[in-house]
Amino acid sequence: MIDLTKKHKDIPGFIFINLVRLIFGFLVLLLFLILGKIFIEGIGVISFEFIFDEPRNNMTEGGIFPAIFGTVAVTLIMVLMAVPLGVCSAIYLNEYAKDTFFTRIIRTSVNNLAGVPSIVFGLFGLGFFILFIGQGIDEVLETGLLFGQPALIWASSTLAVLVLPIVIVSTLEALNSVPKSHRDASYGLGATKWQTVKNVVLPQARPGILTGTILAISRGAGETAPILFLGAAFFLPNLPVTDLCIGDYCIPMINPAKQFMYLAYHIFILATQSANPTKTLPLQYGSTLVLITLTFLLNITAILFRYRFRKILGKL
Amino acid sequence: MTPNNQESDFFNKAANSNYGKKIRKSTRVKEGFIKFFFAVNGAMALVFIILIFVFLFKEGFKALEHIGLIDFIFLDRPEFDGTVNRVYEWYPTSEEPRYSLIPLLLGTLLTALPATIISTIFGVAAGIYLSEIANPKFKEFLKPLIELFAGIPTVVLGFIMLVIGASFFNELLHPANRLNAFIAALGLSFVIIPVIASLTEDALHSIPNELRMASYGLGATKWQTITRVILPAAFSGVSASIILGFGRAIGETMIVLMASGNAANITSSIFNSVRTMTATIAAEMGEVSQGSDHYYALFFIGIVLFTITFFLNLIAEVIINKMRKKNTF
Repeated sequence: MIDLTKKHKDIPGFIFINLVRLIFGFLVLLLFLILGKIFIEGIGVISFEFIFDEPRNNMTEGGIFPAIFGTVAVTLIMVLMAVPLGVCSAIYLNEYAKDTFFTRIIRTSVNNLAGVPSIVFGLFGLGFFILFIGQGIDEVLETGLLFGQPALIWASSTLAVLVLPIVIVSTLEALNSVPKSHRDASYGLGATKWQTVKNVVLPQARPGILTGTILAISRGAGETAPILFLGAAFFLPNLPVTDLCIGDYCIPMINPAKQFMYLAYHIFILATQSANPTKTLPLQYGSTLVLITLTFLLNITAILFRYRFRKILGKL
Repeated sequence: MTPNNQESDFFNKAANSNYGKKIRKSTRVKEGFIKFFFAVNGAMALVFIILIFVFLFKEGFKALEHIGLIDFIFLDRPEFDGTVNRVYEWYPTSEEPRYSLIPLLLGTLLTALPATIISTIFGVAAGIYLSEIANPKFKEFLKPLIELFAGIPTVVLGFIMLVIGASFFNELLHPANRLNAFIAALGLSFVIIPVIASLTEDALHSIPNELRMASYGLGATKWQTITRVILPAAFSGVSASIILGFGRAIGETMIVLMASGNAANITSSIFNSVRTMTATIAAEMGEVSQGSDHYYALFFIGIVLFTITFFLNLIAEVIINKMRKKNTF
């Protein structure tokens, strides 16, 4: 290809192609400049204390441990809800359903769910989870105002709906890449549909499902807009933890009815609403570095997983 | 029957995939139950879309009862001297609340449109580079980089624009407001460029190689091939990516909340502070009392947002589906 083009002198073409190269280089440079700036400004703040201490003195000193804990707790519960739902949904679409009007509608809604603005998910969480489900539970159980207010469980549920399309799409891709011959071989041995799915398809699709899960966690941990009014708190000295006691044995458990601090929300608060934004600037960079490291590690893991997965399947 | 016959008999049965017929009834019931379970889960995405729709409209339509559709556009305010002043303002918390969505729609447009234009230039160029120009081995490494770009949390981009971008452009351009629509648009571009780049790359990549070869065979150069063969052939895919990018720009919250200045101005200059629909919901929902007019008005903004992005997504999907059908050569 390149040899052919060399024979012609195409000066505007030469200029434009190099312009496109330049633009791409500029974008990559910009990406590294931003990351570099965050790293340089943030690395000075990062210490053992910063990670494992709580904010002090009106959030102008101290660490971010409650925010990290809250992020982990919320995304953990989110994954426990979104992954089973998403994987089962994808299994139905890819293994059981025929290409009917119904499945096409489902596929369209998956795509559209991915395009709904995240702030609208926040409104949905408020209207559906808190006001409808939460207050509904309160009315039935007569618990006063326990569930019908912003809480960890509702933030997790809302984020679970938000990341559902990510899980479904990557699981679909993983299921799709399992060769049909493997399924036929399983049927040929007398296995039923479910046995085939359970023993042949799912084990092969596992790395792909894992990729989707990791991407979902990364997306959930980075979202701020939907949880703004679903229980993310300005400052909470206590972790959202309660001791769950059975007899004399007590284990600390995440309490889903409490409010929580959230790393992404913490950055937003520090940058825009804190008493002294200039004084806390190092803390802001530090928190940003922690968040971006978290999401990048997750994303890179997901990318590597997928790369290996595709390589293995390429050999089949 | 000879063993051979038995075997072919077995394979015939398998080939007809009537494998379910001779298995025990309990197994068949179990299989049916499992299928039903998966079908219920499969419908979840659909259920959630419907639930979002229902609950948004349930709360938001009360706004029409309490406030009225006309008041969402303008308010005729009588002045002291007897004249009537028509105002387009968003002041929901004042004594005489004004709920005009015009400044918010304008703010959304003033941030989303420049962002989409910038991102189209950079994103399509990046897509062309990845699909047509880059060395295939190098591309293996670059595509994940674009994904990494897309994975930066938006609150981080908002933060960057707030502390670095705003100061930088304040000294460079001396805008009317330090935080303005232009700063927000630049921040939004970081989100949309990866979207447009990766979808453009997909669209260009799906153009069959025969077209490229035919073009080279006719003596076209690489650039001529890209602009006159590949891009026109992938036009629908590229335009779908731009529409999706525009939808993302309209729905993005954190960047505009942090970098646009949040003043609900009626302005045509992108160097003024503006307030978008998303930022309005984000900033005011936390403080509004439940069941007030203001509360329903915010849900009504949610309906407007949901409707706009829903149709943009639908259009993009129709275009992409058409492209898929056309491109199966």
